[in-house]
Amino acid sequence: MKRILFATAMAALASTAMGAMVQAETIKLGVILGYTGPIESLTPDMAAGAELAIKEVSKSGALLGGAKVIAVRGDTTCIDSAAAIATTERLVTSDRINAIVGGDCSGVTTAMLQNVALANGIVMVSPSATSPALSTIKDNGLFFRTAPSDARQGQVLTAVLQDKGVKSAALTYTNNDYGKGLANSIKTNFEKAGGKITISAAHEDGKGDYTAEVGALAAAGGEVLIVAGYLNQGGKGIIQAALDTGAFETFVLPDGMIGDSLPKDIGSDLNGSYGTVPGTDSPGAIKFSEMAKAAGFKAGPFTSESYDAAALIMLAMQAAGSSQSKMFKDKIMGVANAPGIKIYPGELAKALKILKDGGEIDYVGASAVELIGAGESAGNYREILVSGGKNTTARFR
Amino acid sequence: MDDIFNALILLSNFVIVPGMAYGSQLAIGALGVTLVFGILRFSNFAHGDTMAFGTMATILFTWLLQGWGVSIKPLPTALLALPFGIACTVALLLLTDRWIYRFYRRQRAAPIVFLIASVGVMFILNGLVRFIIGPNDQRFADGERFIMKAREFKRLTGLSEGVAFKTSQGLTILTALIVAIVLFWFLNRTRAGKSMRAYSDNEDLALLSGINPERVVLITWTITAALATIAGVLYGLDKSFKPFTYFQLLLPIFASAIVGGLGNPLGAIAGGFVVAFSEVTITYAYRKFLAYAIPGDWAPEGLVQLLSTDYKFAVSFLILVLVLLLRPTGIFGGRTA
Repeated sequence: MKRILFATAMAALASTAMGAMVQAETIKLGVILGYTGPIESLTPDMAAGAELAIKEVSKSGALLGGAKVIAVRGDTTCIDSAAAIATTERLVTSDRINAIVGGDCSGVTTAMLQNVALANGIVMVSPSATSPALSTIKDNGLFFRTAPSDARQGQVLTAVLQDKGVKSAALTYTNNDYGKGLANSIKTNFEKAGGKITISAAHEDGKGDYTAEVGALAAAGGEVLIVAGYLNQGGKGIIQAALDTGAFETFVLPDGMIGDSLPKDIGSDLNGSYGTVPGTDSPGAIKFSEMAKAAGFKAGPFTSESYDAAALIMLAMQAAGSSQSKMFKDKIMGVANAPGIKIYPGELAKALKILKDGGEIDYVGASAVELIGAGESAGNYREILVSGGKNTTARFR
Repeated sequence: MDDIFNALILLSNFVIVPGMAYGSQLAIGALGVTLVFGILRFSNFAHGDTMAFGTMATILFTWLLQGWGVSIKPLPTALLALPFGIACTVALLLLTDRWIYRFYRRQRAAPIVFLIASVGVMFILNGLVRFIIGPNDQRFADGERFIMKAREFKRLTGLSEGVAFKTSQGLTILTALIVAIVLFWFLNRTRAGKSMRAYSDNEDLALLSGINPERVVLITWTITAALATIAGVLYGLDKSFKPFTYFQLLLPIFASAIVGGLGNPLGAIAGGFVVAFSEVTITYAYRKFLAYAIPGDWAPEGLVQLLSTDYKFAVSFLILVLVLLLRPTGIFGGRTA
């Protein structure tokens, strides 16, 4: 009897201690992106986006009764899976992060998910991994992304091509996961819609000369050339060689080819080409770019998705009343989608309060988040038309 | 009749013109390799990166000149900067000779030791170029881009195919011709050239007949530097400058030199064109060409492409292997190491 009493007293003591700890809890979010490697020019602003949301929540003091949230950065390198796994392992086991904003490139994101996140039951929300393969991967409900799958971009591009009345097109893609996934999606969708892809040929990045590749594309023919590559790499070389030899005059440019440098480098010959890039005209985007400016960074590619990724994690924690991944993983879809009060960037404190009072929210955020399928963004795209030597917005899709 | 013209023009646009330009670039590069092999007796693996260094120096001078507003329109400014680039490369090669190769020459080291030393030099130059100008693409071509645009050609002739002829391609072919003539004149007609050939044939005999070996070495490196820089700048003007692509150029350049016979300048030039045209003709898709060339409205279903363009480098390898198997001394009979 005495013993039972003692145990009960201890348990009571422990629970009060636990309660006290919850009061002063410090939540850690890993912001795991490729700070070195091929997209190192994008990641500082992406991380700043995620950390903006983290600061906003931490300052509000409204999360789980005043929890502080801090960001722990880790490097994925974008291409080296072993390095990304080691970093994630370290952040999960020794820094004890509660969830991950990341990874960035599709290959390393898959590796991080399969090797670390699944084994440790940690939620991952990627702002920029777009490979269609991630839609069907086994994730135990732990993986989400605020970036749309490239499968979606194939549908959008097909719609654009149909509006322009294009019946046949040649297609070339950069020889990696991104290029292959996107090319497949474009080909399937375009052919389903009755179009004809005359050739689908890979090109290697970093070569000096693309005349031979363009020769093959020209032999196959087509009204336009779809270039699923990178604007600073082979994609630009292909366009230049195609223009030089007079093989194609109009180019279709998916997201990897959209940037200010391309129309500048190629010149007036690119006028009339068109493409798509993730983007939205929702009020959240404008609000976010103002917030970014005030915080000292530029709202560039995938920065709004990064903000939204971090925000979704923290809102789900509030909805679940716990910072444990296994508790809040089921709440992410709920806070991201209707029904509920629409939440825009800068309104995270308001959202936390609504959730605390048992209300429902529909997080719109900076990138008009709408999670579909296995937890990925439905995807809003900006249709680009190159005109007067600049990328201009034709419409939103 | 139009169809036959269209077929020929299509082939010129995608095979003959690019092949000629690429072949000329390889030929000048291979001349440098073959010269070092013939006279200094080793395979210089640093040649690709010497080209990168020379091009980099020329680009820096081009930017300087452009900054001053100097230009020779419609020709690219880089031509004006070329002599300065060559001077820098000569200085660099003489320094590497002074610090590295001279030591081994005095020891009368085996060619393989020189070869390995040149691999070391290659890595150092590799790093040096990236350190100074960075690993990224640099464009430095200015002036008129085209001698003939594809669209203009179509308008002038009324044919449905056009041929584009870039200024850089014209310059490349012309320069290669001039360089080859000057080099052969130098080797065959001048005293210095003759002493180089004598040194190449027999070092000791040349020494006995009063030829200063250090002077021969100096002249060889100077010419090599000039050839490397010219080849590099032409390639950069035609395509774009990126240190890594220059490193990759080493393979087709060596293939060209070996195919023609190492140590044989004429062979190097022929080898350059053999390799270039093999790469281009084997990876070209002939579908449209056949559609024009064969009478009637018939067109092949497939692309009629022998090898995907991904295998471009494999073609150089294949030629290299075939030549080494069938004619180890090269088509024109060079020496064996």
